Amino acid sequence: MKGTVVGDVALVMDADDAVATALDDLAAGTTLPPTERTPVESPIECREDVPFGHKIALRRLDAGDEIRKYGEVIGRATVAIEPGEWVHTHNCESTRGRGDLAAAGGEHA
Amino acid sequence: MDEFEGYRRPDGTVGVRNHVAVIPVSVTASSLAERIAADAGDGVVATPHSMGANQPTPAREQTRRVLRGVGRNPNVGAALVVALGTEAIDADDVADAVADAGRPVETLRIREVGGTAAAIERGADLADSLRADADDVRRESADAAELIFGVECGGSDATSGIAANPAVGAACDRLVEAGGTVSFSETPEFIGAEHILAERCVDEETRERLLDRVDAREDMARQMGVDLRGAQPTPGNQEGGLTTIEEKSLGAIAKGGTTPVEGMVDYAEPLPRGGGLVLMDTPGYDVESVVGKVAGGAQIVAFTTGRGSTTGNPVAPVIKVTGNPKTWDRMANNIDVNASTVMEGESLSAIGERIYGTLLAVADGQRTEAERRGLTEFAINEIQPRTGGERA
Repeated sequence: MKGTVVGDVALVMDADDAVATALDDLAAGTTLPPTERTPVESPIECREDVPFGHKIALRRLDAGDEIRKYGEVIGRATVAIEPGEWVHTHNCESTRGRGDLAAAGGEHA
Repeated sequence: MDEFEGYRRPDGTVGVRNHVAVIPVSVTASSLAERIAADAGDGVVATPHSMGANQPTPAREQTRRVLRGVGRNPNVGAALVVALGTEAIDADDVADAVADAGRPVETLRIREVGGTAAAIERGADLADSLRADADDVRRESADAAELIFGVECGGSDATSGIAANPAVGAACDRLVEAGGTVSFSETPEFIGAEHILAERCVDEETRERLLDRVDAREDMARQMGVDLRGAQPTPGNQEGGLTTIEEKSLGAIAKGGTTPVEGMVDYAEPLPRGGGLVLMDTPGYDVESVVGKVAGGAQIVAFTTGRGSTTGNPVAPVIKVTGNPKTWDRMANNIDVNASTVMEGESLSAIGERIYGTLLAVADGQRTEAERRGLTEFAINEIQPRTGGERA
């Protein structure tokens, strides 16, 4: 598998990534130990349940920050996200194919 | 040398199956095509579809390209083209493509033979005699370089990008190294990953074509004033952990491997033999996208799925690969290769070897789960004004 398995519970694809992928259904309180791929000193604790295949934040993100997985941008944070939070459609949005923004006269999608 | 036993055609291509294809020119003749194939039994397949008898020119040209392409796919040993007889696409025009590829072909027009009952009777006779013609061909040894391998993903989840797609990609790299062709498509699922593909294009022309096509798909969302997010990723993809189209695309492009992008063709345009990695511009609908590549000449398709798909094809065997251990447990009777072993420590290259081995075994005649279960979905993409990439 490409990437690094962290504590047998999650996978980090690239050193630049802000998120890890859950390799099992993770209950709130599950910890991810510090490794070379998790840019923190102390373990990251899941703040909520994270289903298999879903993402966990590895670092603090501000609203508007780019979020990377595979070392590439997969979207941006819509609100501030703390390490250990579940990252999905409620706090991360695509920046592409956004006809809605173009229609609202907003940013060019 | 990597070899398989295939059916060598007069046009030099090599089939991995020896079907008699019953090809309806329009929706009007589709039920008849299915009836003829069902009555004829083993070795006779139908390609029913819903395209109209008289479509606007660009849509009609695309339908025609698919019908002609399917008729000369190397897996087709003989073909029967059926029509009501009033369609804008002429049955003879489709039959000509089959004849030019050196395969026996007949046409049947419902109006000319005197209606449905007579057409069923005549169709049965023609199918029998074409089956006998096709049976004259014997399997002979062929090199893996003769293979055009279509690669597709559907029902993606987070495991697609970390297990099934890179494992299939490793098999694609092996086939390209052996001199064959690999093609993947679904342009809406390049969005957010096109910069990686663009860097791998062998020349500026291919690079520009790729970026133009991605732009056109994204533009459809802009012009409609809508947001791709409702449809891409799909609600199912989202449940499986994929949050954005960028994330889905970055996982999706892994299924084509890591070799240079040698070119990009239109939907259902011929794919070159010995061509390396060649992209095709198709929509993201799985069945239509598979059909585009089969019309382009793909003899075998690999289809990765995280959430579980059962899709097959009447003309090309479809090899199913999953990277999701739960899907493997639940749907093993629809899946050919388990790639979720990556999570137990099997290397991607080892799984890629298993998939490449399956590819050669299927080319050699081994039946896929979709073939064993008679799953033969077929649909042609329809060009509609001002819509395109995704119908939400």
